[in-house]
This record gives sequence, structure tokens and C-alpha cells, in this order.
Amino acid sequence: MKLISKLFMSLMMVVLMSTGSALAAGGKTKPVEHHHWSFTGINGKYDKDALQRGFQVYREVCSACHSLDYIAFRHLGDKGGPFYLDECPEGAPDTLNCSNPNDNPLVKALAAEYEVQDGPDDAGDMFMRAGLPSDTIPGPYANEQQAAAANGGAIPPDLSLIAKARHHGPDYIYSLLKGYEDPPETVTLDPGTYYNPYYGGDMSTLLKPEFLDEEGKPLEGVDVPYGGVLKMKAPLAEGIVDYADDSTPETVEQYAEDLTAFLMWTAEPKLEARKQMGKISVLYLLIMAIIVYLSYKQIWSGIEH
Amino acid sequence: MSHESTYVPGTAIERWLDRRLPIIRLGYDSFGDFPTPKNLNYWYTFGGILTVCLMIQIVTGIILTMHYTPHVDYAFASVEHIMRDVNYGHIMRYAHANGASMFFIAVYLHMFRGLYYGSYKEPREVLWIIGVIIFVLMMATAFMGYVLPWGQMSFWGATVITSLFSAVPLVGDSLTTLLWGGYSVDNPTLNRFFALHYLLPFLIAGAVILHIWALHIPGNANPTGIEVKSSKDTVPFHPYYTVKDGFAIIVFLLMFAIFLFFMPNALGHPDNYIPANPLVTPEHIVPEWYFLPFYAMLRAITFDVFFISSKLGGVIVMFASILLLVFLPWLDRSKVRSHRYRPVARGFFFLFVIDCLFLGWLGAQVAEQPYILLSQLATLYYFVYFLVILPLLAVLETPKDLPKSISEDVLSRAQNKQARATSPEPIAQPAE
Repeated sequence: MKLISKLFMSLMMVVLMSTGSALAAGGKTKPVEHHHWSFTGINGKYDKDALQRGFQVYREVCSACHSLDYIAFRHLGDKGGPFYLDECPEGAPDTLNCSNPNDNPLVKALAAEYEVQDGPDDAGDMFMRAGLPSDTIPGPYANEQQAAAANGGAIPPDLSLIAKARHHGPDYIYSLLKGYEDPPETVTLDPGTYYNPYYGGDMSTLLKPEFLDEEGKPLEGVDVPYGGVLKMKAPLAEGIVDYADDSTPETVEQYAEDLTAFLMWTAEPKLEARKQMGKISVLYLLIMAIIVYLSYKQIWSGIEH
Repeated sequence: MSHESTYVPGTAIERWLDRRLPIIRLGYDSFGDFPTPKNLNYWYTFGGILTVCLMIQIVTGIILTMHYTPHVDYAFASVEHIMRDVNYGHIMRYAHANGASMFFIAVYLHMFRGLYYGSYKEPREVLWIIGVIIFVLMMATAFMGYVLPWGQMSFWGATVITSLFSAVPLVGDSLTTLLWGGYSVDNPTLNRFFALHYLLPFLIAGAVILHIWALHIPGNANPTGIEVKSSKDTVPFHPYYTVKDGFAIIVFLLMFAIFLFFMPNALGHPDNYIPANPLVTPEHIVPEWYFLPFYAMLRAITFDVFFISSKLGGVIVMFASILLLVFLPWLDRSKVRSHRYRPVARGFFFLFVIDCLFLGWLGAQVAEQPYILLSQLATLYYFVYFLVILPLLAVLETPKDLPKSISEDVLSRAQNKQARATSPEPIAQPAE
């Protein structure tokens, strides 16, 4: 491990320091589609219904391969989260405070649908039990090796922070999810890989031999297609998730939009609170600035400066 | 201009304390009655702003420390714990991360102010040198702080920068091993960086006290660059500059708040939200924005000079670009401090500012042509400015006439302003 990392490091140093060699030979990706999101701008807020639908898409589609390691069930019931309750549903005991995610009946019921490992018990054995709000959402794989083995060597990234871990996070996710298309005719894809114009990569290495010169560079007049190939096939298709609310279209666009909103929330769950605090802070500072500026004018009024 | 104490203890307890530890006297003389030139403009408010920045970093940093775990397996997760589960933790962390950027914005403006008005000249050389030391400590602190979240950029940034030390002849490899605490960037590296990241800010605070002490011996410089001649030239620090600095600090905090609350990740890199992985190298390894000009100079040296390899050359150039500042008081021997009265030097100064910004832009580009050539030219100007242009201009340039005193300058400026305001074209005036 240390040897490998040292090797990589020295390799990188060579790349970095050597004359004229490009740092990265990556090809171009298609510019992401800029979508209007409810959470942008100073008044940005999450659409709770969209978050719930996004969670449903995650649960029924993405969670087959991708984990959400940093998200506990209780987070889903936090203020600003998809299952937050202001007050308890009717019939709940008066003493219950449902705005506390640990007492939120939706969150408790949801957690209980999952099996999580606990233990060791008094006999020293691990055991399975129903999930609790305090548990993190169980991931699909036991470890990275298992994840890689199940996905042709590629480890599906954890999605908790994905919306902040990519340039133009939400727009990128949205574009990628609905951007799958048939590979251009000039390239050959390895089996088990899929073309996406928004995915980073270098398509020039996949050009068919008739479009390459002797050195393996693209011939003049041959356009290297946008994007790259990945090992995730298009995850969304029309109608694969059945929304409870019939008025919401069950299209790839809608799924992608809802899922992106949900993943933005998992990456930035305190966004609403932060922006709210920001508005008050800026207002306070503005008023302070005016008062102090007037004091400044007053104090310096007798002094030529 | 280190002035006589004018403090008169007003109460019995103050008199009692004053004979034992004259700390109130120290505070009063330094920040109450301290005679300060009355013509300081807003470029002179960054000292106060930087003090506030340091305090914000220390307070938010100590709070973050209470929840952070310096271990390769837990560091990233503990930062996410702060962001999600610690009360106001997301604000503390964003304040600390953006606070570092704000700190550097302020320090760069503070330094350009010093360059423009010749604040480094006799008798303020020591004040200037302490400032350079603070700047170096800040860079070390910021660099190590960026490693602590243990994201991809943390890890690979640390790898690139610490590997530079291996270019030092003879002891290079030992030095790198010492920095790493092993044979690669790993847990011992994270641990020592954490320890040092906690230590260095207190060294900065100590150096800041020396900086202010060295300021209060000769007193403030000012935009005219001429020394205070009489008490007509000065006003007491309080309330005149407490209120002016106070206003500037609030405006600065306003800008800080806009970053912190509305675009907290605008100055960061998305890759740092990916946990560190020694087996996957990010496509572009870039340092934080405030290191980019120096990074550009590091990468500009792509050729060997005799026995100096290009790698060592880059390291030398990068460190020399900062070390050079120490010698600035003796490189620029012009008797005139302020560039207000140095028309030629002024042009070169603004070109230097543009050069620094350009280097910053180049630092973010990939290492290929034409950026390499441009980096080399920009680096060349950086050094030529200090080593050739400033020393030569001290001899060759004819400065403009200096005003006799600060108060005379203030008065004539005020009269000019008034003249301009009251006597425009008479035709434009409505008949009265």
C-alpha cells in the first residue's frame, strides 16, 4: 500500500514537474444543463415533496449499488429534511414531540423496514434487528472489495456528498442522469461500459482504428466526442418508480430532478438554516454599518483629514 | 514618536493596579490616546481587520477541535459529523474555511498597501520584517489546516508540497521523512499537521503583538509618507480610528458573511468532498486560491541550471519570492516613501499588482504551453521588480515635491476639493 502510494506520488511529481507535459490529457465534456433549482439563491429552500420522491428514487434504484454512509434515518426527520413533522399526526400521545426526529413516526416506521446488524449480545454474537432512527442507512455492500467485484472493478461512490464533490454538482448530476445516449459511431466501447457525454474522460482512446493515425492520434477532421464512459448503465427509465401522487409525471426528467434535489439535501442538509441565518446576519451588519458610518462622520466632523 | 504616557488612573483600584501591573496604562497608551496621523485612508484599516480575522480563526478553530478527530480513518467523517450533527457546526466550519480566505484577502491588501506607501522604509524595517514572518506563518498554518479534512485535495496537496522538500540537497529525503513521520503522507503526517496547525496561530498571535509593538515605536506611516511633525498632524487613536476601523471591519464582515452564508463552497475545491484516496490521483491538483501565485512560480522553473534541477529551482524560486520581501527595505533606497510622489515607480507598482494577479490565474491553469512561458515571464517580472526596478528607480527617478507636513497636505487637498465643488463652469450654474 505504502509502496503503491509512493509510486503514484513519484509518478505524479514527474508529470507535474516535467516540461511541457500536460497535467491531464482528459477530453472535453458536454457543458452541463443549467436547471432551475428551488434551493439556489438567498431564499433557496428544499421542496419537501421533491425530497421525498427523491428519497424514493434513491431507495428503489440507486441504493442497489450506492451507499449513503453519512445519512442516518433520523436525519430524514430533521428540520428541512424530507420527513420532518411540525406536529404529530392525529392520534399520537400528547407527550410525543414529533419534531424530534427520534420520535417522528414516519422516520421510525421507515427505519424499521431495514435490517441492521447489531451486537455483540451477551453471548458475544452479532445479531440482526430492525433499524432505529439513530442507525445510518445500511449500504448495499459489506466492503469496498465486494462493491468493486459486483461492478466490474468500479466502486460505486458514496452519494452523501456527491452534489458537492463535483463541479456544478446538482446540474452535473441532473445532466448525467438524463444524458445517457447511444455511443457515437466513431468509437468502440468495451462490454460493460456506457457512454455519457457529461462524464469526464477521454474518448480519443476509444476511437475506432480507422479514425486514428499511426501514432494513435485522431486523424485530422475527426471530432473526438464529448464525455467519457462509465460502468453505470443508465439507471433511470420511464415509469420504473411508482410515485404515490399520480399528478407527478413518472419520467426520466422528473426522476432525475427529484433525485438531484434529494442528493443536494444529503450533501447540504443545513442549507435552509444557513441561508436564514445569513439573511439576518447581513441585515444586522448593514444596520451596524450605517450606525457606525454615521458615528464616524459625526466624530470626524471637526477634523480636516 | 513613541509617546509619553498620558494615562491618569482615575479610581483607587486603577491606582493600586497601576503600581503593580500597569496593564490599563499599556492599553490606554496603545489603543486609547495613541497619536495617529489624521490622514490615514481606508487602506490603513486592514491591520484591524486582520486582528479580527485572527480572532475569528482561533475561536472557530478551537470549537472545531472539540469535535474533530485527527486520524486518517475518522478525520473526514468527523468533519461531516461537525457539518451534520454538531449544533451550528456547519457555520463554525464554513466560517473557519472561508475565514482563511478572508484572512488572505486582507493580508494581501495590507501588504500591497505597505508596498505602495513605502511603509517598510526606515525606521519601520523591523515592523515590516515581522509582518513577513507573520505572512509565512499564516501560509504554513493555512496549508496544514487544508490537510486536516483529509479529502482528496488535502491528501494530494500535502503530497505535492511536502515532496518539494525532497529537492533540498543532501538532507532532502530525511527532511521529507521527518515531515511525513514515515515514508508517505499518512496518519503520522495528519497528526503532526494537526498539532502544528493548533500551535502556529498562537505564534502568529505572539508575532502580532511584536508587530504592533514595532508599529508603536515609530508610530504609523501615512499616505504622504512624511513623518508626523507636530500634534496638529495627529488625532488620538480612540475614538477617531476605533470608529473608522470599526466601520471598515463591519463592511469586511459583510463580505465575509455573504461568502459564509450564501456561497460557502465557492472558494473551495469539489474534490475535497471526496475522502482521501492514495490510489487515485485527482485530475488537477491545485492549491487554495491564495497560494496560486506561488504555485505558478514553482511550476515556472522547467529547466535545469547547472547542477540545480528544475524541481529544486522551482522550490528555490518559490521560497525566494517570499524571502525577498525581507530585504525590501534595503532594495528600495528611495528617500520618498509614498508612491503618490513617485510617478514612475507608481506605474511599475500597478504593473506588479497585475503581475501578481496574473500569476494567480496562471497557477490554476494546466502545466502546458503557453501557460509555462507566461508563468516564466510573470515570475521574471516579479523578481525584476524587486531586484532591478526598485533599486534603479531609487537613483533614477525624480520624485514630485513633497508637502511640508501632513496637516498642510490635508488642508491643500481639502481646498482643492472645495474649489472643484464650488467653481464649475459659471454657465452651468443657474442664475441667482
